[in-house]
Amino acid sequence: MDWMKILSAVALGLMLIALIPRAKDAVSATPKGSAGDWQAAVLPVLAVVVFVVFLVSMA
Amino acid sequence: MPINVLTARDASAAVTTNKLIRNTYTLLAMTLLFSAVTGAISMALNVGHGLSLGASLLALGLIWFALPRTANSAAGIGVVFAITGLLGFGLGPLLNAYLKLPNGPQLVMTALGGTGVIFLGLSGYALATKRDFSFMGGFLFVGMLVVLGASLLNIFLAVPAMTLAISAGVIMLMSGFILFDTGRLVNGGETNYVLATVSLYLSIFNIFINLLQILGLTSRDD
Repeated sequence: MDWMKILSAVALGLMLIALIPRAKDAVSATPKGSAGDWQAAVLPVLAVVVFVVFLVSMA
Repeated sequence: MPINVLTARDASAAVTTNKLIRNTYTLLAMTLLFSAVTGAISMALNVGHGLSLGASLLALGLIWFALPRTANSAAGIGVVFAITGLLGFGLGPLLNAYLKLPNGPQLVMTALGGTGVIFLGLSGYALATKRDFSFMGGFLFVGMLVVLGASLLNIFLAVPAMTLAISAGVIMLMSGFILFDTGRLVNGGETNYVLATVSLYLSIFNIFINLLQILGLTSRDD
């Protein structure tokens, strides 16, 4: 199934190319977040990590 | 009088936001149901990996070319159903492969339930706090570039530890995108429910696939 790997790689490469200008725009247009803002975002994501570890231990 | 005017404007904005959120979640629920149906059809037909990849690439093409042109019209809803239907259809072979494992049905149900809990938890958190998560935009898009680059490399390297790390990274990134997208809905950063639905759907879709991958990899190691 090498052609599938190549096709997947081409699709990912195209996605990467398409995303680069959008990422550049996002970086320049993004407002700065305060330490409190980041804390409010990181904590729920950490909770997700803990939840996934819990699911892995259950499976 | 100015206070009354301000209050009326606030109330009008709140009604608009509530309508946007309601429309987004209704369309999201319908598209998730639709992709479950197309996924079930794909599983029943025992579709091959080639057709599955083709469906996913077609969905990607619709996201890139058709969605931006139709998002502000009624045709946008049809495009959203086409995208989610194709992505659901593309899941068939993956789900069939997992269901053949000894604990496959349990893994799939755990991934499905886990994805639901993660989405509802994060979206509920963003809705309840009404916080603006737009400051995460740059970080999330750069993170996506890193993950895509690593995935591209891992297609050829096929290192299980890297697969696991990429899946963990995608779940964290998509969790961030759920906060970001829901925050944009609440704070007026996104006013189009068709685009909001596709963004949230893609986060849910990616969390499900990568959670299933993590559960499958760690389960096989036992």
